[in-house]
Amino acid sequence: MKPLLLLSAAVLAIAATPAAAQMDHSAHDMSAHADHSKQPDAQSASPLAPADPHAGHDMTAQPPAAADPHAGHDMSAMQPAAGEAMPGHGDGGTALPAGNAPAPAAPDPNYADSVWGAEAMTGSRTALRKEHGGGSFSQVMIDLAEYQIRGGKDGFRWSGEAWFGGDINRLVVKTEGEGAFGDGVEDAEVQALYSRAIGPYFNLQAGVRQDIGPGPSRTHAAIGFEGLAPYWFEVEGALFLSDKGDLFARLEGNYDQRITQRLILQPRAEFNFALQDVPTSGVGSGLSDVELGLRLRYEIVREFAPYIGVSWDRRVGGTARYARLAGEDVENTSFVVGVRAWF
Amino acid sequence: MTVTSIDRRTLLRGAAISGGTAALAGWFPAWAQPVSAGIVRPLPTVSGTEIALRIAHQMITVDGRESHGIGINGTIPAPLVRLREGTNVRLSVVNDLDEDSSIHWHGLLVPFHMDGVPGVSFPGIKPRSTFTYEFPIVQAGTYWYHSHSGLQEQMGHYGPIVIDPAGPDPIRSDREHVIVLSDHSPLHPHLIFRKLKQQGGYFNYRKQTLAGLIRGQDQPASERTAWGRMRMDPTDISDVTGSTYTYLVNGHGPRDNWTALFSPGERVRLRFVNASAMTTFNVRIPGLKLTIVQADGLNVRPVAVDEFQIAIAETYDVIIEPTEDRAYTLIGEAIDRSGLARATLAPRAGMATEMPALRKRPLATMTDMGMGGMDHGAMGAQPAGDDACPPEHAEMGHCTPTNAATGQGGTAMKHSMRDMSLAPTVKDTPTVQSISPMPIDRTGEPGQGLADVGHRVLVYRDLMAVERNPDLRAPDRAMEIHLTGNMERYMWAFDGEKLSEVKAPIPFTKDERVRVTLVNDTMMGHPIHLHGHFFELVTGHGEYAPRKHTVQVQPGGKVTFDVTTDAVGDWAFHCHMLYHMHAGMMQVVTVRPRTGDAA
Repeated sequence: MKPLLLLSAAVLAIAATPAAAQMDHSAHDMSAHADHSKQPDAQSASPLAPADPHAGHDMTAQPPAAADPHAGHDMSAMQPAAGEAMPGHGDGGTALPAGNAPAPAAPDPNYADSVWGAEAMTGSRTALRKEHGGGSFSQVMIDLAEYQIRGGKDGFRWSGEAWFGGDINRLVVKTEGEGAFGDGVEDAEVQALYSRAIGPYFNLQAGVRQDIGPGPSRTHAAIGFEGLAPYWFEVEGALFLSDKGDLFARLEGNYDQRITQRLILQPRAEFNFALQDVPTSGVGSGLSDVELGLRLRYEIVREFAPYIGVSWDRRVGGTARYARLAGEDVENTSFVVGVRAWF
Repeated sequence: MTVTSIDRRTLLRGAAISGGTAALAGWFPAWAQPVSAGIVRPLPTVSGTEIALRIAHQMITVDGRESHGIGINGTIPAPLVRLREGTNVRLSVVNDLDEDSSIHWHGLLVPFHMDGVPGVSFPGIKPRSTFTYEFPIVQAGTYWYHSHSGLQEQMGHYGPIVIDPAGPDPIRSDREHVIVLSDHSPLHPHLIFRKLKQQGGYFNYRKQTLAGLIRGQDQPASERTAWGRMRMDPTDISDVTGSTYTYLVNGHGPRDNWTALFSPGERVRLRFVNASAMTTFNVRIPGLKLTIVQADGLNVRPVAVDEFQIAIAETYDVIIEPTEDRAYTLIGEAIDRSGLARATLAPRAGMATEMPALRKRPLATMTDMGMGGMDHGAMGAQPAGDDACPPEHAEMGHCTPTNAATGQGGTAMKHSMRDMSLAPTVKDTPTVQSISPMPIDRTGEPGQGLADVGHRVLVYRDLMAVERNPDLRAPDRAMEIHLTGNMERYMWAFDGEKLSEVKAPIPFTKDERVRVTLVNDTMMGHPIHLHGHFFELVTGHGEYAPRKHTVQVQPGGKVTFDVTTDAVGDWAFHCHMLYHMHAGMMQVVTVRPRTGDAA
């Protein structure tokens, strides 16, 4: 009965303070604090008897208490540590600190075999693991598919990527290219890469790149990364070693600035580098070209977004010299109209 | 089994029949007809009775639009299974699908091989075959059942269970209604999951925008930059939102306006079940106090609140006492406030109040990111309502009105969001986007977005068991399980390892008493469910700890419970967000006899 006495004291103390004004359930079955089993009569009393309108439990055996020591249960400021209990809630159970007994060794989770047989369980156990984290998926993303309006012949450009596989290991296929209407494709490539998640945000990718189009049809070994950088920048970089032993590098990035939920402004940048002069390809060593773009898309649905924008590119250094020698433009500015789509 | 209660039920059934004849739409069980006068017990509760359930494809009409679903006995939600404590039940389940199916009896203490989880407790129910569950009913209260196969639950394969106590019910009421909350999408769940894998924020149309910044909404620029640096989106409250979901009450959309009847002056018991795949609901009935009398099927000391958050797979029984002769609106607002479930409580059919407006959507805070322990001293000392310091931040102690973005935020930025040394039991995998630097026990806080709603909201610490806990021993040992995830890759796991990757289950010995702390390393709440057991929340109630089968671990927070592993077998343990579980946030718990015991 000691806890009950403590409770009574607490009741009086609380009733005398302004805190009592916050109480909104005043008639808890107090005897349960001490020992629930001591009031069997409560169960047999008429369940329909009108009692305290605030309490859902049958308290007919209980004289209406003036207050509840836990009124409002507003204990957010108290936050008792694990292993402590408020007075009157008993010293056992969750009030006790935990020991440090060792955990048992982990068995095979095959207890159901003893009921249903190992043969019956095997298939569903395999399926269970596959269905909970082992799935494979895919995405085909056409990031750029655009008409380029510029000085001279208008052009076109595409850039896309597809992936197939699970969370960690994927096959990635990338393609990009451009050309001018009337002249056909000027520059294009396809990459096939093995991609592996190496952290929460980044994938390591390795494979081959095949150049297609009118230029030298080079094959490259490719190794690179792709992922999400701080501040939500999508970034991508790669090294390419050609079958002629030439080494190139590429760095790309873009950022989605949501203007509204569906209207998105996307700045993007791409830098290409070469370790050496490659006269047959018209590439000089060092930074070879830079491309900057700004595209405004409207996501009619997430998967389909027409866009307009502007794209500027410039060849620099030795690459620019090769271009001038060939009578080509070093710099291009295009207004672009296109579609971003994925499925 | 008193004469009084039978008479009362007979009367109610009569009332239900006269009130329900107006609505005979075939797709809903009688208790969920658009105008319901109370529960009609469709199933006998006699001991030994066989209950027949048939799982099959069907159509469902929500707010006038028809879509494809999977139901039981032709209804979505599945029929109310009403049982009686102390009896044995046989449930023969026909699977009329072309794929495996199953039924898990959520919260029911059954022999492990009757628990209904394919690959853990049984092989599953093959297409076009029948499986008979048989088990004793050893408890009373509100529970539910659902598929544990694939993503069938999202398609409608869920229903409520009510178990009447063997003796008189200590919770007195004149009338009761079962309220099954759920989410429904016309998209196939496999497509929903695929979209999430392709783009984690696919369904979030409440992101922060430049237009919002110019209008002065949401975070100021400096805070957006700080969050952007961490690659964390404060608007990421729900993965799947009202952009595709319609939120249902007993299978009806908000415009269907499912109505529950009462007579003014009655004590009405509402049995809430959150049978959603992905939606945490905030429930309120403006104008009425909600007296919580039961949580997860077990009676708790009455707590009167104005609103409560119900996590996925939780149940709450609530007593309301409407005295006025008018209609009340029951609102189950999705936690991200992208939509709501709505029903009407009225003295007569055909009464309705106006559709309630959605409240402002919450933003995740530093505490949600697991930095709650950093500025704890300020909690409660902040005046809420300052323009520069949104109330939801101030209440958590995240900012002061003068240095909202730079002061406390700046300190927070110094913490690594992925310091693996803080969680040595977590495997360093791409699944782990962040490790909460200073997670706190948030069981004394209202759920996400409810700190500033201006009325009383239920918190876990309010819950206290009516009966003394059955096992008062001190825990033999303590363990920690981390809830980890990666929103960008849409990967979810316990301790960094998906179920598809784990090498060993979580082992227990029979009758061990273990203190388990769940640490949420993600910015999203996770409803964690342990099969086959009730556990006692360590929330300061000693021997009267509330006992639950599912517990919401608030974002960046932690929850501790004690569990007596008294049920030998293998049991599922998982996040009850369907797509989190499907992504790998699941484990198997083994409970083995003590050495020397017969196996």
